[in-house]
Parts: sequence; structure tokens; C-alpha cells
Amino acid sequence: MLELRQITKRFGDVLANDHVDIVVKPGTIHAIVGENGAGKSTAMRIAYGFYTADSGEILVDGKVRDIKSPHDAIALGIGMVHQHFMLVETMTVAENIILGAEPGTELSLDLKSAGAQIRQLSEEFKLAVNPNEPVEHLSVGQQQRVELLKALYRHARLLILDEPTAVLTPLEVEEFFVILRRMREQGKTVIIITHKLSEVLAISDEVTVMRDGKVVGRVQTKDTNAAELARLMVGREVLLRVEKSDPKVGQTELELKNLSVTDAAGAKRINDVSFEVRRGEIVGIAGVEGNGQTELIETLAGLTEPARITGHINFEGKDLKSLGARVRRELGIAHIPEDRHRRGLLLDFSLAENSILGVHYRPPIAALVGGIFLDENAVQRRATEIIQGFDVRPPNAALPARALSGGNQQKLIIGREYHVAPKLLLVSQPTRGVDIGAIEFIHRQLVSLRDNGCAILLVSAELEEVTSLSDRLLVIHEGRIAGEVDPKQATLEEIGLLMTRGH
Amino acid sequence: MPKLARDLLFPLIAVVTAFIIGGILILLVGDNPIQAYRLLLGSALSWPDGIGYTLFLATPLIFTGLAVLVGFRCGLFNIGAEGQLYVAAFATAWVGITFANLTPWLLIPFCFAAAIFSGAFWAAIPGVLKARFGSHEVINTIMLNFIAVALVSYFTQYHYKAPGDPIMQTVSIGEGAHIARLGKFVPGFPERIPLNLAFLLALLCCFLVYLFLWRTKWGYEIRATGSNPFAAEYGGISIRKQIVLAMAVSGALAGMVGINEVLGYRYRYYDGFSDNYGFTGIAVALLGRNHPVGVILAALLFAALQHGGIYVDGFSEHVTKDIVQVLQGIIILFVAAELFFKWILGRRSGLQRLRA
Repeated sequence: MLELRQITKRFGDVLANDHVDIVVKPGTIHAIVGENGAGKSTAMRIAYGFYTADSGEILVDGKVRDIKSPHDAIALGIGMVHQHFMLVETMTVAENIILGAEPGTELSLDLKSAGAQIRQLSEEFKLAVNPNEPVEHLSVGQQQRVELLKALYRHARLLILDEPTAVLTPLEVEEFFVILRRMREQGKTVIIITHKLSEVLAISDEVTVMRDGKVVGRVQTKDTNAAELARLMVGREVLLRVEKSDPKVGQTELELKNLSVTDAAGAKRINDVSFEVRRGEIVGIAGVEGNGQTELIETLAGLTEPARITGHINFEGKDLKSLGARVRRELGIAHIPEDRHRRGLLLDFSLAENSILGVHYRPPIAALVGGIFLDENAVQRRATEIIQGFDVRPPNAALPARALSGGNQQKLIIGREYHVAPKLLLVSQPTRGVDIGAIEFIHRQLVSLRDNGCAILLVSAELEEVTSLSDRLLVIHEGRIAGEVDPKQATLEEIGLLMTRGH
Repeated sequence: MPKLARDLLFPLIAVVTAFIIGGILILLVGDNPIQAYRLLLGSALSWPDGIGYTLFLATPLIFTGLAVLVGFRCGLFNIGAEGQLYVAAFATAWVGITFANLTPWLLIPFCFAAAIFSGAFWAAIPGVLKARFGSHEVINTIMLNFIAVALVSYFTQYHYKAPGDPIMQTVSIGEGAHIARLGKFVPGFPERIPLNLAFLLALLCCFLVYLFLWRTKWGYEIRATGSNPFAAEYGGISIRKQIVLAMAVSGALAGMVGINEVLGYRYRYYDGFSDNYGFTGIAVALLGRNHPVGVILAALLFAALQHGGIYVDGFSEHVTKDIVQVLQGIIILFVAAELFFKWILGRRSGLQRLRA
């Protein structure tokens, strides 16, 4: 169906695609896997005409084609659904689908025939959406169906899906896979770009593995397993399971009693939540994103206005509610935020300057001339300790944080927060956008911190992560704790139901 | 040093391009651009008058450039340096008049304090308004400019003018408040040139601002707030405090223009003395890339243009000193365009970063 031959693409100094060969057979689901920056999306954007290759050729149905723009690609029956949806929120489903390919004459819009066609397509592929619903009223999963319909409406025979499951809940992922299989039955070809190995194994027929801009493996899904794919992706053996001993639980560090938090608009984001976190254990919070996890962590870190909080937050017997972020840090609370660009880093500051955020105002950092001037040697020492201890690359403290990859930025933040030897660590999405190799490292670090007696509260949208790391697992739904499960016993389905139904 | 070279590149391009375009304009009005530029820069570099006046004119621009810089580094746009320097100059004169009989050892520090704290106070008002109510500092500093100018004009006209004086100026300050002109120390440099100790104070301030912003914990907090207020908050920094602090420091720097003007030059408050120093300070800070050393260089360039413009007016046939305005305008345009280019480049590399 689609073949890329010796595709090479260079962005400045970076060789994004280095003689890439990819063969996609018609009527299959083909997965392209690789770490961030491996060149997966670049290759597919070249196939879709978003970029043009520096050299190499693209074959569609066995013939060499010149794809200069997405327009050319669509004409050849290639459709692409981007990671971030490209929908007009205020327009209806039908209007979004026909946008750019409007039926009728120049002056009139034939919405009726379009509506009929859309209904027929959605029945054929079991893509249930109401054509007259405004897109802004749809859930993320439904919006994705609109994107699929958009491509099908343009007679796509080959669909390229860029990280399609990143935004879906576990239940939606299952439904999504049903849709993909249905498409394959109807003779469509699907390319799915992803880095989630479990999904690759569940849905694809063939896999192409990329690393550093090159294709490093082509395998039949039935002949491979997660360990092999991970090894190909990273280039070395990777431990996929988290290894940890039973927790040695100590006294209670953090205790929430009837905590409620309202947002600026007055809506309750956290609703009557009570639980505790003890020394030496990892308490996980599972939940679909946007169910109050962000507010919970920010409230505990001292980043929410006290006026919006009711209930009690006790830390070692002290009520934290009215204390600011600085005082909480001094008490021994560290925080790895969910959004490292927004909260965690000063992107224009050097690694050295980032390594002192939060302790910059007190000795040993601010130690000269009565504690006003920063001790440059102490700053450098701290930065070096973090960079070496957490393998931040490139190991150059003078670089701006912006220059690092997501995984290395995350390692810098984790290193900084570990360096204060916290009593309580608040962690949110510790491995989001982080490569497999670094994920393994970050997980090991979390477990070793726990073994040293730290109390850890972990929020993650990755169910596998939160179940394998946590000693106790709470499920959050619409700001309430929907239930507590034993992460060793509970099945993903059980947890998924609690996440989506709340009971 | 490649980083330094890169930092100097864009301002240099801006200045050179401005001169080229200015040269074309001079040709169009029928003069020789080389001759015009020789007049312009030659007069600014002549000894002692050219250099003396260029440094004198650069003094207020260094202060206001630093003031704008400190605001920028905290993510604040202080358009109110003009108002702050008027309030401060008047306050300086008021202390110099009211306590005229004090010994210089007391009077000069009092006058300095008046300049610094009144400027800081006037700038802290929009700072507090922003920190407390979130109202935008650009609007408030602009509005406070009008209030400042009107207020000091009123006090000059009705309370501190010598009776019968047709000029809008206060009576003289006490002799003890005068600070020395550099002619006193430099042989061959006449004392009639108003270049005074305030110039050295301005250079000292550049160094102090550098130390403050890049070497102290307070500077770290101000820059962190300017770079990413959410991350600063996460790091336990009170954004509200930084906003008020940065505005106050900014206003204090703008206020020191009053030291140069009142204690070192006219020895009285002269209404409407500022040749848009506060606004030119914005251009100085931008061209100087928000760095104290850059501010010195940019202030010297703008001062040289201003001084040289007078000679172009007098000695060339068609070109008037308005050419200076043209050059400054083009420089500012290109400096602003640099941010625009950066933004475009940033977006492009942002697109490239999407590849994965």
C-alpha cells in the first residue's frame, strides 16, 4: 500500500530520518514505534506531504509518487489524524467533517447529502457520533472519531494515526481498538505511531521500530514481545517491570480530612477527600485526567489560595492549610509537578540556576554577605551533584534548561527535589513524555526513595505505572475518592471502571 | 566568545542598517551622507565638548535604561520612568531648597535619598496595584506619568517659584547640595560642561544592578518571576513581592536622573527638563539587550546622536537634526523586528521539535 524508500530528512544539524525504509502492506494495522525524537512522526509527515524528504522516494500502490502537500496525499487516499486534533470547536460534527471538501456548488452548500454520507460512514465503521452536535460538546474520544470520519469522508484508504491513544481513557482505548479492527475488516490500512508497547502488541499486525532516525527493526507482531521491542527501541536491555520489595511502613506523614477545593469559578474540584500517606509507602492516585488530580497536588504543595480550601491538611501534626509553598518546602515536602515546562523549570535559566530553585534563598546557596549573595561555588557543586547523580545529559550546567530533551529535563527536576531529602514527595506524571530508558531509571529512583522512608503520593495517567509502583492505590473520580484497591490484586478493568463510573 | 558575539550581532545589525537607510534619506534630500555623518559623529567625539556633552546626555539614559531593564527582567513593562524621574527630580530639589543650610555631608545624602525613595515610591504604586488587584502596570504607569507631570508643575508654579520669575523653575537649592562637575578633577576639561559625578554614579549603578540581578537571592527571585511566574511560585517565591520590589528598584533608578539634573546641572528644578529620557530608556534597554553593559553602550550611542544632531542642524545644507529621530526610529524598529524574527524562528524550531 505504502512504501518509503531510503527517505532522508535533515533539520539543521539533526538527521531526523536516515535512509528510512518502511513497507506497509494493504489491509494491515502497522505500528511504528520508537522513543521521542526517533523520527517516527517525521517519516509519517513526509508520507502525508507535510514535509518533503531531502532524498528517497515514496511509493503508493507500487508506483512512485510525488507528494508535495497534504493535498496530494489526500488525493492518493492517505489520511492523517494528528496528536492534537484539528477541529473547529464551535462548528458541528458535519461541518467539521466537510470543511475543505464541501459538497455542492460554489454558492450553495449541500449539507443534506453530506449528512447522509456521514451517517452511512459512521454506520459502516461503527463510529457513533451525532453529525449535528457541536464539537465543543463532545468528549475527547468522540472528537477522535470525528477526525477519523474526516479522513474517511475524503476517501482515505490509508490512515496515519499519530499517538492516537495518548488522550484516551482505558475504556476509550478498548473502543478505539474495536474501531480500528473494524476498519481493517473493511479493507482499510492503518498506520499507528506510538510508544506504548502494550498497545502495539494488542492491535498491530506488523511493527517497524525506529531509533535515532533509522529503522532498527521490522517484526511480525505475533513473533515478538514487549521486552524485544523495548530493547530495539532503546538499544539495550530494559527492565519493564518495577522491582520492589514489600514496603516498610512507618508513621503517618500526611493526613487529609474532608478536604474540598473549589476553582476560580466556584466549582468543587476536590470534594470531601480523606486519606493518609505513611512513611515508606507509595500511595498512588489513578484517575482519568481532569478529575481533580492537578488540584489535589497543587493544594498539597501550597499553590492554591487558602480561601478556596476547606477541611484539614495535616503534615506531621501541623495544619498546612494557611502555609505557603516556601514554608512547606522547609518542612520537608518536595514536589515533582505534572507540567515541567509550566511549573517545574525556568526554561531560559541554566541548569545550575534551575538546580537551586526552592533553596536559592538560604544557606548553603545564599550564604555570602549576610546570606544575600549566592555562593557560586555552592550552586555549581549542587548542580554537578544533581547532573551526575541523575545522569542528566548533556552534563553541562551552563546550558539553558530549554536545550535538554524532555527526559533529561525531568531527571533534572527529580534530582533537584531528591536533593533536599524530602519527608513527603508529591509526584505527578513523573514519566510523561519521557523515553523508556529514562522511565526505568525514574521508577527505580522513586522506589529507592520510598525504601529510605519517604512518604510518596503519586499521580499518574498511566495505569500500568501507577499500579506497578504503588503500595496502595486510590481511584479518583470527579474530585472524590471512588475507592481504594490493592494494586497487586486489582485488574486493569476493575480500576478502569472505578475511574470512569466512580463506583 | 561566541555567545558575546551573538549577543552583539543583532544590535550591531540594527545600528548599521539604520545608518544605511538614514544615508539613503540624506542622499534623497540632496546632501552628502558621509559629510552628514562626519558632522554627526565627529562633533559627538570631539574633545572636550563633544565627549563631555555626550557623556552628560548619556547619564540620564543609563539610569532610565537600567530602570526599564530591571522591570523587564521581572516581566514588567515600566513605561512610567518619565513620571518617576519628574517626581524624583522635584523631590530632590525640594530637599535641597528646604534644608538649604545643612552641611553638605548631610544635605547631599538627604537629596540622594529623596531622589531614590521618591522614584521608588512613585513606581511602587503601579507595582502594588498589580500585585494586589492584577491591574496592568502599562496602563497605570502611563496614567501616573500624567499625574506626576501635572503635580510637579503645580508645586513649581504655585509654591516654589521665585516671585516674578517668568521661567517655570523653582528657586535654587542650597550650595551644599551641589555635586562636583568632572571639570574639577580632569585637567583640560572645562567646568562649564555639566558632566558631573552623577555619571560615575550611573556607571556604579550598572555594576550594582548586575550584582543585584545575577548575584543576589533577590535578583534570582526577580528574574525567576520574569522568566516563568508559575515556576517561581512553585519554588516558593512570592510573585507579588517580586512585582513590588522590581517596580520600586526600577523607580529608584529612574529617580536618580534627578541627581544628575538637579544636584549636578541646573541646581534647581526646571519644569519639563526631561527630553523624553524615560521613554528613550525603553529603547536603550531593548538595544542594550536588557544587560547593564548593553545599556551603557546603547545610552552612549543615543546620547552621541542627540548631541551630534545639533551640529548637523547648524552646518549642513538640507539635513536637519530630525535625522537623529529618523535614525533612532529605525534602530528601535529593527530591535523590535529582532524579537519578531526570533519569534518566527522560535515557531519554526518549535515545529521541528514536534517531530518524534
